[in-house]
Amino acid sequence: MNALLTVKDLRIAFPSRNGPVEVVRGVNFTLGRERLGIVGESGSGKSQTGRAILGLTPSPGLATAKQLEFDGIDLRQASPATWRSLRGARMSMVMQDPKFSLNPVMTIGRQILEALKFHGRESRAASKARAMAMLEAVQIRDPERVFRAYPHELSGGMGQRAMIAMMLVSEPDLLIADEPTSALDVTVQIEVLRILDNLVSERGMGLIFISHDLRLVSSFCDRVLVMYAGKVVEELRASDLAKAQHPYTQGLMNCLPKIEGGARPLPVLQRDAAWAT
Amino acid sequence: MTVASRREWLLSDRPESRRQARLGQIYRTWLSFKTNWLAMIGLGIVLLLCVVAVFADVIAPYDPVIGGDLRTERFLPPFTGDHLLGTDDLARDIFSRIVHGARLTLMVVALVAVIATPIGLLVGTTSGYFGGWVDTVLMRVTDIFLAFPRLILALAFVAALGPGIENAIIAIAITSWPPYARLARAETLTIRDSDYINAARLQGASSARILWGHITPLCLSSVIIRVTLDMAGIILTAAGLGFLGLGAQPPQPEWGAMIASGRRFIIDFWWVATVPGIAIFVVSLGFNLLGDGLRDVLDPKAHGNTDTAKARP
Repeated sequence: MNALLTVKDLRIAFPSRNGPVEVVRGVNFTLGRERLGIVGESGSGKSQTGRAILGLTPSPGLATAKQLEFDGIDLRQASPATWRSLRGARMSMVMQDPKFSLNPVMTIGRQILEALKFHGRESRAASKARAMAMLEAVQIRDPERVFRAYPHELSGGMGQRAMIAMMLVSEPDLLIADEPTSALDVTVQIEVLRILDNLVSERGMGLIFISHDLRLVSSFCDRVLVMYAGKVVEELRASDLAKAQHPYTQGLMNCLPKIEGGARPLPVLQRDAAWAT
Repeated sequence: MTVASRREWLLSDRPESRRQARLGQIYRTWLSFKTNWLAMIGLGIVLLLCVVAVFADVIAPYDPVIGGDLRTERFLPPFTGDHLLGTDDLARDIFSRIVHGARLTLMVVALVAVIATPIGLLVGTTSGYFGGWVDTVLMRVTDIFLAFPRLILALAFVAALGPGIENAIIAIAITSWPPYARLARAETLTIRDSDYINAARLQGASSARILWGHITPLCLSSVIIRVTLDMAGIILTAAGLGFLGLGAQPPQPEWGAMIASGRRFIIDFWWVATVPGIAIFVVSLGFNLLGDGLRDVLDPKAHGNTDTAKARP
């Protein structure tokens, strides 16, 4: 498979009083036009990995890598102008909570049009038609109204779908979804995921799906990376999740409640200091 | 539609259209503003000032610059004959001068607001957004400006630029931006790391675009309220410069300059200096009351649900 994104030995460190603390310690993976899930507990570095790929490591953090290549472009040496031309146009990110990721004083329409304004050479009317089509594609029933609405006038699910529309309207090659559904309730969650799934398979994008929900990831992705303490402890096909080798993955699997009863009480995840090294 | 049914329509709990909901919201804001009678007085004074300034030529019975007969019409006391507020040392009608002075006052306030607000916003958002040494440099410059009393700094600038109303406006604008910069910086600091700014960056927006398109609109509301509250101070500074002979030059009917010229006769002809003083007092009071009322109604941070509850009659 032709690699869209290659990450080799990605390290992210934050300075602290006792010297730099590495939160991501040597992550390697390649991504083609497929759906890759990254799972792990809170603080395992999965979100930071996603942000580092987009060059959005919050300062004073520092991301270094032996290789960080997107479609033949070396991201480590990318100039601000290169970043601007890549972000939005070729890679983008769906954020966790629409309440915080949409600008409260701009209409949805303006926010969607912005990405097109930076990258496209289209006329206003054409961009607007594209934005409308995109809103319809994420199953918003009255796109005309949502287009003119402010974020506080939408429900959480609609906001998240608007966010997805905003990030997909420029048809990127790579989409990073950082827990796109954890702020939503379960019924809306499935709907948003289905939309995302359709869009990804229709347009042939690469998708990195970051989540802490192992079951969700296994049903939705092609491949799964399991991260623990800033490292990838296991990489496996989503269908083979039951055959996981690493004790951490097995532990995570055992923690999931099963519909037919299973172990009671649910086992507590036992951590081993050796995994982190 | 009668007045009562229109009111009903505006205050409806179940608006049928988005327009009705928006208009209803505006009407409720107006109702809660209306309960504050001090703010209403302020609004009345400011509106009166605007009307007087616009229709100065119609309202003023005499020419503000050219006086009457110097032998018979000097220092006429108020409410005598044709001169409502009396005449001054050059036999000019004080009422006409006050009316035309409203124009100058309003011009000073408007121009200072138009010049100082963008400077403050630009400096504040830039330093807040970039942080680091940009922040340090810009904020230290702001501190230097804040360290001087406003009138003294304005005096220094006017002395350098030369006296005149235009230079006074520039000097006041130069001295009044630092508080806005501080405010805009504080607002920027709270929103620069928020997810929607990151989202804009993700879409490929440049720093300039984020600053202008995303951060400035969010800072605008609090800065505007601050500007309204500062307007009284601007009027006082302009009058102070005029009084010291560095603002508007004679024969311009500027209120501060009028006090200065009437000062010499204050024992014998008190009204020459007192009337423009009252005008300055009333207008700055009006702006203060209005700004206070506006802040209570518009400031999102001070806005509780009690306001809307109070608005319901």
